[in-house]
Formats: sequence, structure tokens, C-alpha cells
Amino acid sequence: MRVRAQIGKVLNLDKCIGCHTCSVTCKNVWTTREGVEYAWFNNVETKPGTGYPTDWENQKRWNGGWTRSASGKLHPKQGSKWRILANIFANPSMPEIDDYYEPFDFDYDHLKSAPDMTAFPTARPRSKITGERMEKIEKGPNWEEILGGEFSKRSADYNFEDVQKEIYGEYENTFMMYLPRLCEHCLNPTCSASCPSGAIYKREEDGIVLIDQEKCRGWRMCISGCPYKKVYYNWDTGKSEKCTFCYPRIESGQPTVCSETCVGRIRYLGVILYDADKIEAAASAERETDLYGAQLDVFLDPNDPEVIAAARRDGVPEDWIEAAKVSPVWKMAMDWKVAFPLHPEYRTLPMVWYIPPLSPIQNAAQAGQIAMSDQMPDVRSLRIPVKYLANMLTAGDEEPIVHALERMSAMRLYMRALSVDGVRDEAIAARVGMSGRVIEDMYKIMAIADYEDRFAIPTAHREQNEHGADIRGGCGFTDGNGCSTGEAGKTTLFGGKKKKFALPQETF
Amino acid sequence: MFGDFDINFVIFGVMPYVALTIFLVGSIVRYERDPFTWKSSSSQLLRRKQLIWGSILFHVGILTVFFGHLVGLFTPVWVLDAIGIPYALKQWMAVLIGGPAGIAALIGSTMLIHRRLVDPRIRVTSTFPDILIMVLIWLQLAIGLLTITQTLQHMDGSEMVRFMTWSQSVVSWNINAWVTVVDVHWLYKLHIFLGLIITALFPFTRLVHIWSGFAAPFRYLLTRPGYQIVRSRRHRPLEERRRAYDKVQAKRGPTATTPAE
Repeated sequence: MRVRAQIGKVLNLDKCIGCHTCSVTCKNVWTTREGVEYAWFNNVETKPGTGYPTDWENQKRWNGGWTRSASGKLHPKQGSKWRILANIFANPSMPEIDDYYEPFDFDYDHLKSAPDMTAFPTARPRSKITGERMEKIEKGPNWEEILGGEFSKRSADYNFEDVQKEIYGEYENTFMMYLPRLCEHCLNPTCSASCPSGAIYKREEDGIVLIDQEKCRGWRMCISGCPYKKVYYNWDTGKSEKCTFCYPRIESGQPTVCSETCVGRIRYLGVILYDADKIEAAASAERETDLYGAQLDVFLDPNDPEVIAAARRDGVPEDWIEAAKVSPVWKMAMDWKVAFPLHPEYRTLPMVWYIPPLSPIQNAAQAGQIAMSDQMPDVRSLRIPVKYLANMLTAGDEEPIVHALERMSAMRLYMRALSVDGVRDEAIAARVGMSGRVIEDMYKIMAIADYEDRFAIPTAHREQNEHGADIRGGCGFTDGNGCSTGEAGKTTLFGGKKKKFALPQETF
Repeated sequence: MFGDFDINFVIFGVMPYVALTIFLVGSIVRYERDPFTWKSSSSQLLRRKQLIWGSILFHVGILTVFFGHLVGLFTPVWVLDAIGIPYALKQWMAVLIGGPAGIAALIGSTMLIHRRLVDPRIRVTSTFPDILIMVLIWLQLAIGLLTITQTLQHMDGSEMVRFMTWSQSVVSWNINAWVTVVDVHWLYKLHIFLGLIITALFPFTRLVHIWSGFAAPFRYLLTRPGYQIVRSRRHRPLEERRRAYDKVQAKRGPTATTPAE
């Protein structure tokens, strides 16, 4: 056993209202720079839809994630090390910027500076790459918002596999849900495995996956390697960038920006202890439907004395072990089994998990006839097909999803009985294999979701991680050129852009 | 003092050292002082068209030519004699391998230059050194291919041996090296001169990615055992932490809960 800790994440899709606050706050903090205007470390997609970049889930097209060979060994789907090196001159699996969208802005100034005209002035779009006029915007970061576009296009959605999708194009049967996405900070990331320079790494202390900007050479293999398409090529700096899990915030015990600002309170952060020795075997599980269970086996119970002893021995700090015991992520993924990894079939063992959404009963007219086993609706008759959710979260295995949805509807039923009738109906809880006490805890964390319950983030141990003398005189977080404050000229001798290093100033 | 001044001495006697010094020192300084700018500067994201074919043709062609020059010029003449390779045979090999590779590289670089100058996205995101170095390389390839016309007139390999002697004299600090190439055809001279210019510009352009391109296979295939990389910022590696913990646990009295870090 080799115990490591990771700050894991759960998103409760049952409560996501699709407001994009996460995306916007993330963008304002991380990607407002030239070269990454098109990049959204966090984005929210409307499902069913093909997403951003278009069709990202279709690995037949993009070759992201891992493939298990006949001998049971894993190699990146885009090729083993030799193949990846052979593609270094031109990467055949890499999306073009048009697969995301060409970044644009509008000629706002024209609204006030236009000469006297017969027609009202308009603000027309302009490319942020070339600065040229764009006649028509054909794609954006959220092009299918609230089921925008024709069903024929949206239904190319990969999660419709094995679903009779035609009926969902009809007005009466349509359904939708939101899927906020960010880097999964996988246990078995394909981005880092694909990097010939070795610039992408996972941090031992908190599991965050980062790109070393000084080691990245722009070979672009990570972009095609990541099946979630969450590594972005900065066309200005020529380096890849990705979600940093707001590591400066996490290190000081604060939630990531997207989690902090989530108005639906759907995001949870907490410590997960895992056994690093089990990762390879888990990711190589033979059947794709076994991958979800295999990943559960990688996680270690923080209340098990043996695990605690091993964690201490391997140097997991005491407060991290304590945090793991109260981790909301552990509770939802392991105790209650209501959270699932996104596309486990990519074999990356992602660490951002999702609670599937409940939805109204499929056909209101038939509501009276629908199987109501002991007042509980049959979750298989909900508007969002279980198969669709299963394709997204459990490689097509419906059982775990049904189980989770039943527990979530039982929670509603139990709490309704408690608050309306004042009855603690243990029978409801027992039907889904829980107790009333656990359901009430589930309600507190999943429905009420107080700040303290959502985030249990221990701070980084700087005394273990850094030597004060080494960072003395450092300049904190800069973009490239260290502390250089160079101002004369546009570029440096070596072609880098001169960037002014701005210290925060008091503005009041 | 300047009575017997000869421009050939400057170009073929002095310039190689100047160019190689700039090349080496510049590369080291850039790698050490400004690693953030060390990159291949790929523009594939912005436009795939013309890049896939252009880049593959160019890179495969020019790498073949590069290694051809490297092996061809720096293999000592006595080694050829020892193995018994006739100079004429080597000359034919150079023409037959280098020729097609050079043509491939020229076609590829023509496609890339066209794309860089004509495609609006690539044009506006190009820097001056990007365009300069591409044009210089294109010229160098064209001149290199033109020299074949001269080479075909003496396929006995005599001219080739002169270039071998020159390059080997340069790297073995023979100050009279320049004399060997004084009276070769001007196309060869231009080719060498431009090559030295490109060498000197190397550290200030995207060409530095060649270093990384050569290093990448070694790093990726040989020095990285599996696929994954985990970095630890902890002062002590795992084994040492475990030993320290076991030592503390073995002591009598209250046991420590946290390992000594």
C-alpha cells in the first residue's frame, strides 16, 4: 500500500442551474490573456449536445484516453510512446481552434462613434486572432445552450449510444441537463503520459495535475491525449495550459474559484486517500463497466486504523487524515454511492465526480399508471433516460445509476414525510439500504449544502514542501519571464513577449 | 597588415567559430535564463490545412539532409579508406539520398512559407524571426539542391573530400582550414555562408526546439520508466519518510502521530 491524498471534487448535477458563474469567474481569474481567449478551464454544457469542443466525447475521432491491449497493458489511444514521437511533426488527432470556436469580440465602439446613418449602428463581431471582421459566428463556448440548435445535430451526442434517441427529438419527450466540466485531475492522466517533454505531472501531496510552463515545448500531444479536451494550447505563448485546480487557493485551504462562486452550491471539495499501487491494475480492468468499481477499490477508508497507520507512515499529514474522515467527497462517492466518475471508460480514473440529476416523470399523462412501488416512482421512467446517464457516468452500466437515483428520491420522500408529517419513516430509508440518520446527513450535505459541509480542505504543509530560503526574493505567480519587469520594446532577445510584472496596488 | 586580406579567411576561417560560439552560448543562455520562450511555436491549432503535409515533408526531408551532412562531413577520410568505401560511391549516395530528401524538404517548406504568409491567422501571429528563418532555410535548401548541378560534374568525390577536410579541420582547431575551400564553386560557398548565418541565428529563433526534438526521444523512451510523472515537493522521499516513521514508532513511550518530515 502506498497512501497518497488528493483533493477530490463532486458536482451535484441535480442542483446545477446552468448559470455559468463557475465558467465566468474561472475565466476572469485564469484565461483572459491573449492566446487563451478560446479556452475555458471550466465550461458548462447543455446535454444532450455535442459539447465544447464539438464532439469531444467521441474518442473514435479524437483518440483521447487509454486503450487496453489484448495482453491487458494500457497505452494511450493515440499511440504508445513510439507512435506519439512519430506524430511530433504534425499531430493527426489534435482539434483545430475552429473545433472550439474562433474567439471574437464586438465592435462596441462603433455604437457611439458611428457617423450619422439611416440605420441604427450595430456592434459586429471581429476575430480576436486576426482582428478581421467575422461575417458569421458559427460556434461558441456554449453553442447549444438550453438545447439550442437542431436535434439532428445535438443528437450526435455520444451518450445516446444504445438509446432509441429519435423520440427525444419530439417536443413532449425532450429532456435536458447541464454538465459543468473542468480538468478531472485524473489518477491516471493521459495528458501527462503523452507528453514527450515530461512537463505534465501530478503532485504527490494533493493530486493536482499541472503543466510546467518552462518544460513544455509545445509538442501538443497532451491536447489529443486528454479525452476530456481540457488541455488547451496557448497560441500566443506556444505552451499548453490547463485548469490548475486553483492550487494557490487550495494550498491555503480555500475552495477553487468555480466552487467558491457556485450559486447552486453544487460543488464539493474534500480529501480522498488512495492507494497509488492499485492505480495501474484498476485502470487496466478488463471490462469497461468494471472501471467504476475498480476505481472505488483504489480509494482508502480514512476510518480504517490500518489505512491511518499506513497514511502516517507515508507522510500524509495528520490534518489531512482528519479531513479525509469528514470529506463530503468520500461520503457521496463511497458511503452513499451517489457520485460517479465522468466517462470511466476512458481509463483515466478521473477525480471530479458527478451526482446524476433526478428529472420529472417521463409522461405526465401516464403518471397515474406509472409504477409507484411504495409511493416511490420508478426511476427508470424518469424523463432523462437512465441509459443516457449511465453512458456518461458508468460506461453504460445502469444499475449503479438506478441505485443512486433511488437513494436521492428516497431522500426527498423521507424528508417530505419528516417536514410535512413530522414522521421519521425508517421504512423509506430501509428500502434503499440506508437509515434515517444517514438520510438526514445526506440531506444536510446534498440539499442544504452549507459552506462548511461542502468544503473540507486542509492547508498545504509548507514546512514540509518548501525551503524558505529557496523562495526568498521570488516573485510569486508570474506568466513566464520570472520577475522580469522589462518594458522597452515588445519582445525580448529570445522572442518572448515582455510582460510587465504588476504588483497589486491599493486603488482606494 | 591588411594587404593580404582575404574574405575567404573571414568566412571560412573565422566565421565558423563565431557562429558556433553564438550557437552554443546562446542556446545555453536561453535555456538557462528564459526557458519559457523555449518551444516549437506550433501553429497547428490555428490552421491544420497545409500543415500536416507541409510539416511532415519538411521535417523528414530536412532531418535526413541534416544527418546526411553530419555523418558525411564529419566521418574522417581515413575511416572511409579503412572500410574501403570509394569516394565516388559516397558521392553517389550523397546525391541519391540527399537529393530526394532535399526536394521533399523544399516542397514542405514552400507549403509552410505559403501558409505562413498567406493565411491571415498564421500571418498575424508570426513574429519577424519566424518568417526570416523560414525564408533563410528555404533559400538554403534551394541553394543546396542547386549545388547538385556542380557536384554531378565531378562524381569522383574530390570536391566532397575537400569539404570533409574543411569541416574536420574547423572542429579540430586547424587555423588553415579555410584554404581547402577557397577555390570551390561559389554556390558551395554561398551554401556554407548561409549555413553559418543560420547557425548563428539559431538561439534567437524557434529553431531551439531542435535541441528538444533530439532530446525528447531519449527522455521519453529511455529515462522515463512508465508513462506517469508524479512530483513531490516534500523534502524527503517516500522511503526515507517511512524509515523515519518506523524508527519513531519503535521507540518506547508515546508514539508520534505524524512522521518526522
